[in-house]
Amino acid sequence: MDMFFIPTAIVSAISALLAGVLVFAERVITDYGDVQVDINGGEKKFTVRGGGTLLENLTLQKIFIPSACGGRGTCGYCKVKVREGAGPLLPTEEPFMDGDERSTGIRLSCQIKMRNDLQIEIPEELLTIKEYECVCDDIIDYTYDIKQFRLSFPNGQRMKYKPGQYVQLLSPQYEKSSEEVYRAYSISSDPTDKDHIELIVRRVPEGICTTYLFDYLKKGDRIQINGPYGHFYLRDTNAPIIFIAGGSGIAPIKCMLHHMQNTNNPRKSVFFFGVRSTKDIFLLDEMRTFESKLENFKFIPVVSQPEPETRWQGETGRVTNVALDYLKKQTDTSQYEGYLCGSPGMITSSVKVLTELGIAEDKIYFDKFS
Amino acid sequence: MSSSSTGMLHLAIVLFTAVFTDNILLARFLGMCSFLSVSRQVKTAVGLGFAVVFVMTFTIALDWFAYRYILEPYAIEYFRFILFIVIIAAFVQFIEMAIERYSPVLYQNLGIFLPLITVNCAILGASLFMVIREYNLLEAIIFGFGSGVGWMLAIVAMAGIREKLNSARIPRGLQGPGITLIIAGIMALAFIGFTGVLTGR
Repeated sequence: MDMFFIPTAIVSAISALLAGVLVFAERVITDYGDVQVDINGGEKKFTVRGGGTLLENLTLQKIFIPSACGGRGTCGYCKVKVREGAGPLLPTEEPFMDGDERSTGIRLSCQIKMRNDLQIEIPEELLTIKEYECVCDDIIDYTYDIKQFRLSFPNGQRMKYKPGQYVQLLSPQYEKSSEEVYRAYSISSDPTDKDHIELIVRRVPEGICTTYLFDYLKKGDRIQINGPYGHFYLRDTNAPIIFIAGGSGIAPIKCMLHHMQNTNNPRKSVFFFGVRSTKDIFLLDEMRTFESKLENFKFIPVVSQPEPETRWQGETGRVTNVALDYLKKQTDTSQYEGYLCGSPGMITSSVKVLTELGIAEDKIYFDKFS
Repeated sequence: MSSSSTGMLHLAIVLFTAVFTDNILLARFLGMCSFLSVSRQVKTAVGLGFAVVFVMTFTIALDWFAYRYILEPYAIEYFRFILFIVIIAAFVQFIEMAIERYSPVLYQNLGIFLPLITVNCAILGASLFMVIREYNLLEAIIFGFGSGVGWMLAIVAMAGIREKLNSARIPRGLQGPGITLIIAGIMALAFIGFTGVLTGR
């Protein structure tokens, strides 16, 4: 018996001892001590415990870098410029970097582990981004899968945003999700209503955040947002405008139209709103109101597959084709500025159509859902 | 001559043998896996080479103590394979943590190959030779160090040759592993030529 047990016990004891040493070493060695982060050459400095990722730590410092995937290195949004202290580009970052970005030191902040002092650069506009503890005031059903959420800011606080920008909303831990996630939604409300913002959200089947918003969030609940983000906002020119949106992509454009109405903007503008069937159309009355209030605005809903029984009288087919036919008839086609919001497929084909008509690519602004 | 200088000479012979005449990689064919896969660049080869030297020197000492003071007294020498592997694995894990902590550049260059050292048979092989040849502690450490240097010498030479080969015209069918194995064979022939010149036993 002893011949079997004693040797086994000895070898097991040694293995256990080594495992213990490793566990202890992990505690001691992977403690990276305090790390200092310097933003924009001394504009802001903070010190944190090393070991975590840069993105995590910036978020803890209330500096919000856009990120749609929540730090997994799959969306490629959380780029920051690192001047010093990040080490070489990691294989996980490479797919998201083009040649210019490699040479100027752009990195994915979610992939950078804080090992030593860092010097980073963040665009001024991201530093103005703040976090707000809002209350959900109202929820309106627009269609079977689109709702509007009206949020009010805590007393006295306001968000200064440009019409067309978006916010990130925090979906907390709840029954169906053990993790907190941030998701981006465009602001759709009238910018003069400074105490509230409205978001238009389409339900994503099995989506962590939309399931929370649609099935769990109730009037009066608190909800955390941060923002504003994005370069999709109305440029201050006199060029005629073509808006193209699909589904809940109407949100930022509605906000821009409010702004145009508030400022009595006389720019010539047309809005093609693409949906699949007539039951997907919403905000029709509001758009008709804009048409009557704004001198030179035209709203054209396009239904790609109208149900025969609804006897849809309006435009049918693909929204890009309808927009193409319309623009071809204009005399100043190449002068237009394009504002697009919707699915990646719709954006890509719209950009193609607009550039073929002679509109410069830098005059086409878009907000792609992903 | 005093006995200490013959001792020194003996140690020098152990070292020389381990590095050249009885090279663990090219004469004993141990550690081929990482030799073939990490020999594309001299820089990484040097990094891995140093890692092997370091790991081999220390694990052979640890294994010597484990053998002498645990396995032998209890007469359970037949457990040496398991125990040596466990010790090597734990040590490599430890080194991996340390390198990740203190040299991210090295960590990135060695990448997934650092854990490969765990299963690098050259390291286990060195410890087993130590037992067979009944080295004392000092000899064992010298032997481990020498074997590591020998392994590093071979992989760095191989990487140098492969870097030159990048600009050479190689028939398509021989590109990649084909030509690498042929080179390894020729290098081994050269080293086997030394066999028996000195024996550090």
